Amino acid sequence: MQPITDIKKLNKIANSIRQNIIKSLEQAKSGHSAGPLGMADVFTALYFNVLNHDPKRPNLKERDRVILSAGHICPVWYATLAEAGYFPKRELWTLRKLGSSLQGHPHFHSIAGVENTAGPLGQGISIATGMAYAIRYFQKSNEMVYCIMGDGEQDEGQVWEAVMFAAKYMLPNLTVIIDRNNIQIDGPTEEVMPLDSLKDKYEGFNWHVLEVDGHNIEEVIDACNKAKAIVERPVCIIAHTIPGKGVKFMEGKYEWHGKPPKSDEAREALHQLRTMGGKVSVIDCE
Amino acid sequence: MKIVSKQKLNKKLFSKKMEMIPTRDGYGEGLVELGEKNEKVVVLCCDLTESTRSQAFVEAFPERFVEVGIQEQNMAGLATGMAMSGYIPFIASYSVFSPGRNWDQVRISICYTNANVKIAGAHAGISVGPDGATHQALEDIALTRVLPNMTVIVPCDVHETRKATISAAETKGPMYVRFGRADSAVITAEKSPFEIGVANILAAGSDVTIIACGPLVYQALEAARELAKSHKIKAEVINNHTIKPIDTKTLVSSAKKTKAVVTVEEHQIHGGLGSAVAEVLSSYSPVPMRFVGMPDLFGESGEPEELLEKYGMTKEKIIASVSDVIKNK
Repeated sequence: MQPITDIKKLNKIANSIRQNIIKSLEQAKSGHSAGPLGMADVFTALYFNVLNHDPKRPNLKERDRVILSAGHICPVWYATLAEAGYFPKRELWTLRKLGSSLQGHPHFHSIAGVENTAGPLGQGISIATGMAYAIRYFQKSNEMVYCIMGDGEQDEGQVWEAVMFAAKYMLPNLTVIIDRNNIQIDGPTEEVMPLDSLKDKYEGFNWHVLEVDGHNIEEVIDACNKAKAIVERPVCIIAHTIPGKGVKFMEGKYEWHGKPPKSDEAREALHQLRTMGGKVSVIDCE
Repeated sequence: MKIVSKQKLNKKLFSKKMEMIPTRDGYGEGLVELGEKNEKVVVLCCDLTESTRSQAFVEAFPERFVEVGIQEQNMAGLATGMAMSGYIPFIASYSVFSPGRNWDQVRISICYTNANVKIAGAHAGISVGPDGATHQALEDIALTRVLPNMTVIVPCDVHETRKATISAAETKGPMYVRFGRADSAVITAEKSPFEIGVANILAAGSDVTIIACGPLVYQALEAARELAKSHKIKAEVINNHTIKPIDTKTLVSSAKKTKAVVTVEEHQIHGGLGSAVAEVLSSYSPVPMRFVGMPDLFGESGEPEELLEKYGMTKEKIIASVSDVIKNK
């Protein structure tokens, strides 16, 4: 797929993804809102610029991989995959329903582009690390593996097992992107289980750390390109994001971590996204 | 005791020349054989390379071996990632740690994904001995057989462990192979048949069926010999090495014939081989059963023989269970 470099275009895509997140969650009547909205820009940067991939050939051997470790934010993964053409958008309205290919938490190959199973936190980074190891040392090729993790997920011990392992084997093709949105289910991360300084922690484990504004698509793309050029160690990109980004009444509120919008809330959310929070009258996102 | 087929048993069995070799040795032998045959086979281990017998593979194929350190949860995930990239990872540790400590990763990363990962569980059973209860895996059969997509194998001796290891690579999907630390009788011969999901009838009988797995198959055979000699009871002995998928046909037809069953395993009675057999027989051929295994207790330090004696996993206990179940026919 040809990378899109026009930032305006990329922002428009991210906006469309956000609208589809809202619509799919409204239909599903359960699921997580804040995380998916907060990560829409990072997913846009990956799938529409950074990744070497082809939505029409989802199992191409030479593809870069995205492993979603924070399984609960899968609505943004599904909406992005549909936006990129992996499957028709109508699938999005089946989210979490009986018989759907779009499970409440991702299931490996349930639909094109879903590269891993995730739900219990901390498992995705081990899978991504094993994949990066197999690509680097067994296959001896250069595909990148991008692992998306939550910040609350860093509480899990398994994460640090994998972080230690990836540093030992100096995996040059592994990039972890942490959604640093400062919330988890029970409240702010620094109250539930303090993480700061995340940067020092990863650096202490011999990773290279980059920090970006997770809503600045250009910055995210630059960081991913830098990460690709750093070959002597794995890279952790800490993406500072606002949970619920794009919908004013959700932004920064941990209460929106694990619930979907009701229909009136969804209507208001879609209106805000279409008008960019009142900045423009209407945006055509189709 | 009537031996069904000479091919199925080692000629030296019950003789003074009977060999005693730990089942885990068969894992090491199987891995090296696989390494030569199949370049997709890779081996991971959690800081227990020598005692899980992964060492032989490390020496033969260092570039396909991954030292993971003491990270059983991570190892399960790493192996999943490797399997998703087309490799066949064998992961080894002690059973208490894998699939014990990393059961959630085995459930989600490996089984729900249906990843082609082979879990080798060493030091299973109470015969681990002096290390004590913390290291005696007595729950692992239960933990693995409840997982969809999982195959569960408990080989009876070193030859069967080697064959199970090789078959594991040839069969797609998650698999758990369990083996022990202590020296145990070499029951089968190198050429004895082994097929996943096919139980082997080692001795034919008509009064009772003894269904066993793992090294205790030897005690089951000894019990059958003594029952024939001193009690005039003809016991059928089945080596049920595959706990899942279980060989319903063989078990049901034997139970229909003998109308009494005793199961034998080095595992908690709750949830292990005995439970798996009971699930099958209660559906298709309900007969009185007795269960020889760990009676809902933790073990302790001691020599393997002392522990098997104290917790009732012996020939004598099997004979007593047979006498008791036959009374209830």
